[in-house]
Amino acid sequence: MQVQSSQSISVRTSEDVVAVRQLVRKGSLLLGFTIVDQTKIVTASSELARNLLIYGGGGVAIVEIVQNGGRSGLRLTFEDQGPGIPDIELALRDGYSSGTGMGLGLGGAKRLSHDFEIDSAPGKGTRVSIVRWKAL
Amino acid sequence: MGEFLLVTIQVDMHDRLAMSLQDDLTAQIVRHTARGVLIDISALEMVDSFIGRMLSNIANMARLLDAETVVVGMRPSVAITLVELGMPMRGIRTALDVEKGMTALKIALQGDPSTDAGSVVPID
Ligand SMILES: Nc1ncnc2c1ncn2[C@@H]1O[C@H](COP(=O)(O)OP(=O)(O)O)[C@@H](O)[C@H]1O
Ligand SMILES: [Mg+2]
Repeated sequence: MQVQSSQSISVRTSEDVVAVRQLVRKGSLLLGFTIVDQTKIVTASSELARNLLIYGGGGVAIVEIVQNGGRSGLRLTFEDQGPGIPDIELALRDGYSSGTGMGLGLGGAKRLSHDFEIDSAPGKGTRVSIVRWKAL
Repeated sequence: MGEFLLVTIQVDMHDRLAMSLQDDLTAQIVRHTARGVLIDISALEMVDSFIGRMLSNIANMARLLDAETVVVGMRPSVAITLVELGMPMRGIRTALDVEKGMTALKIALQGDPSTDAGSVVPID
């Protein structure tokens, strides 16, 4: 995978979550995503940026335009040095929240993207990376 | 008595702002003894699980205060995304625009003599 451009935002407040949504929207417009694709990736970014803030204690969101075999897409990475996720399978389950959320952020972000990777361990922090490819 | 409140969401709200809208609106329902609430979300480019829950909460609280809520103007792309997100917007009445939302409210409240569906109070 080839990275064409990369921008990052530090996420410390709920206003920063809005800034992530706006940056992701900008990237998806640049790529010429359809309205539905834009909305899906922006919504996924909002869920993951909020998790970064609420559970990760803040962190960084990286928005990249990537290419792979003639396909272009938007890759979003969310990294924190928070407490990590002890049981990833449980965290991904719809309706599960260790806090007061709806428990749809991780599962929803997975459904709203094409590639989904999560790397987390207690005490080590969490890194979630998603890609949505432009429809050919 | 029996007014309708019209709330137009114009900005991409951060979570604290969404929470305060929820609280403000509940207070306004009481103040105006409103029987109906129209929430225009046509400016919203996305609704995630937080905003979706806020809309559900408003509808639930309004119902406890004897008011009906209609969410109007949801973009098709937002509706499609909400389904994939897995967000259950059950129990929320929706309409395509404010006018159709008004009609839906009037029908929902039909035959209720305390309703004066003629007056609409816009809220910022
Ligand atoms: N960055 C993170 N750091 C630590 N835990 C996380 C992180 N993201 C998600 N989680 C855990 O996964 C659970 C499920 O997340 P999510 O599906 O977004 O639901 P919600 O945010 O509503 O709780 C959270 O309740 C939390 O326990
Ligand atoms: Mg979440």
